[in-house]
Amino acid sequence: MNSMFRFLKSLFLLELFGGMRVTGRHFWRKKITLHYPEERAPVSPRFRALHAQRRYANGEERCIACKLCEVVCPAMAITIESAQREDGSRRTTRYEIDLTKCIFCGFCEESCPVDSIVETHVYEYHGESRDELLMTKEKLLAVGDKYEAQIAAARAQDAKYR
Amino acid sequence: MEIRNFTLNFGPQHPAAHGVLRLVLEMDGEVIERADPHVGLLHRATEKLAEQRHWVQSLPYMDRLDYVSMMCNEHGYVLAMERLLGIEVPERAQYIRVMFDEITRILNHLLWLGSHALDVGAMTMFLYCFREREDLMDCYEAVSGARMHAAYYRPGGVYRDLPETMPQYQTSKWHDEAQVHESNQNRRGSLLDFIEDFTNRFPGYVDDYETLLTDNRIWKQRTVGIGVVSPERALQLGFSGPMLRGSGIAWDLRKKQPYEVYDRLAFDIPVGTNGDSYDRYLVRIEEMRQSNRIIKQCIAWLRKNPGPVISGDHKVAPPPRADVKADMESLIHHFKLMSEGIGMPEGEAYAAVEHPKGEFGIYIVSDGANKPYRLKIRAPGFAHLSALDEMVRGHMLADVVAVIGTQDIVFGEIDR
Repeated sequence: MNSMFRFLKSLFLLELFGGMRVTGRHFWRKKITLHYPEERAPVSPRFRALHAQRRYANGEERCIACKLCEVVCPAMAITIESAQREDGSRRTTRYEIDLTKCIFCGFCEESCPVDSIVETHVYEYHGESRDELLMTKEKLLAVGDKYEAQIAAARAQDAKYR
Repeated sequence: MEIRNFTLNFGPQHPAAHGVLRLVLEMDGEVIERADPHVGLLHRATEKLAEQRHWVQSLPYMDRLDYVSMMCNEHGYVLAMERLLGIEVPERAQYIRVMFDEITRILNHLLWLGSHALDVGAMTMFLYCFREREDLMDCYEAVSGARMHAAYYRPGGVYRDLPETMPQYQTSKWHDEAQVHESNQNRRGSLLDFIEDFTNRFPGYVDDYETLLTDNRIWKQRTVGIGVVSPERALQLGFSGPMLRGSGIAWDLRKKQPYEVYDRLAFDIPVGTNGDSYDRYLVRIEEMRQSNRIIKQCIAWLRKNPGPVISGDHKVAPPPRADVKADMESLIHHFKLMSEGIGMPEGEAYAAVEHPKGEFGIYIVSDGANKPYRLKIRAPGFAHLSALDEMVRGHMLADVVAVIGTQDIVFGEIDR
């Protein structure tokens, strides 16, 4: 009886039609895909992508050249040189992040005592040469100026967890 | 007339080679006489690099070992460090770790199922599996900020607590208010609500996969009786994880050597009978259901028990950010931990976790410095790959692909 049942099941391709039913059902379901450049998947406030250097509200750069990010960076992607400025404060003269080395672990942001170096939500950047992927101090500050609203909002949202 | 054996190069660019596997196959017609895997094309010297970085700095590199089960690798590493340090991990952190280990297990098995089925010829599976992976990646992103390489576990706990909100979809010219409202349905609550919604939906998805594959005659023809490993041989070859359980040996570190809170959770270990590719498929499918069950229990516990997620011992775990800004001592701890790292006592420790692929072990030797004297990674995939020759011998060329698939090989961990 059992083998008869199995034979009929096999003869009428029952399991294949069962599979067709699943794919058929999905065919008529609502699509879950997004039309990428026009719309994006939601991004968490903790998202880690392109780096930026931030400024205080008065326009002064936050970085005090403590070099903690340089020393914590597992990929050794950060290079810092510092000097005393005319007003006597200690600032970086050179701050570079090599994006070709960076592994986006977020340790630099975690270590920064003044919230200067941060990772923004900008995941669409490109460079056609190594030079373009070397984020100099000017580039980092420019990114920071451009996305300050987003950076500050994400930090504020996540502040209680850190 | 004597016919010479034909030697065929399989990979490293072959899409079914799952990364950078180079196989030199000695064939008699279409039958494999010998398979010789060549490894090392993805060697990055993780073990050696770890000797030049302080303890926590190597953590993001653990993600990159088996790059489809990221947090499980981290777990092995932090567990080894915690054993050597002899520190307590807050209970909530343990539950979070277990929950994400199981999310990782589902992530890994979904990728395995999708790509294995794709190798064997079932395209639809790949699309369905990746749809579910998307939700789990969102969990990863919500908690750590990265969709894959999380760097979320820390010695002494996890970096941050689970977020109370989830990011939402925005309206666009393709999706209006009502549609966006619908896709944001499960994103209104916290991350735990989001994961719970997933765990409620997931068994239905697994049923769909099973409808497509389990009884399917093509799937069975391609997997039943392929790559059979007897229980004795599986033990001799050093198999672990689903490869061992598929052969009928109920060995699971979560049960045999419970770490974290696994001894408090209810789950079963699926075991195969024949030790062929089909049994290993069934084992992994059932493991996904069991992982789902564990996640549900973790969610229930985590909802009821708020608390710290990282050890309060600031010689190991950095103090909270607010303290760093207000308190001198915390600032000093922060600077010491970030620049010098953890001071590890002299000694050695081995910690193994039940990784989706098997026993993932980290053996560390410390000479008392702030970096490992030696770090050894026990990758389950390596033992499995070394049995490839034995498993494919006498099979057809097309079965090599099925066997590579069933071994669930990822080169990040094999080559390290």
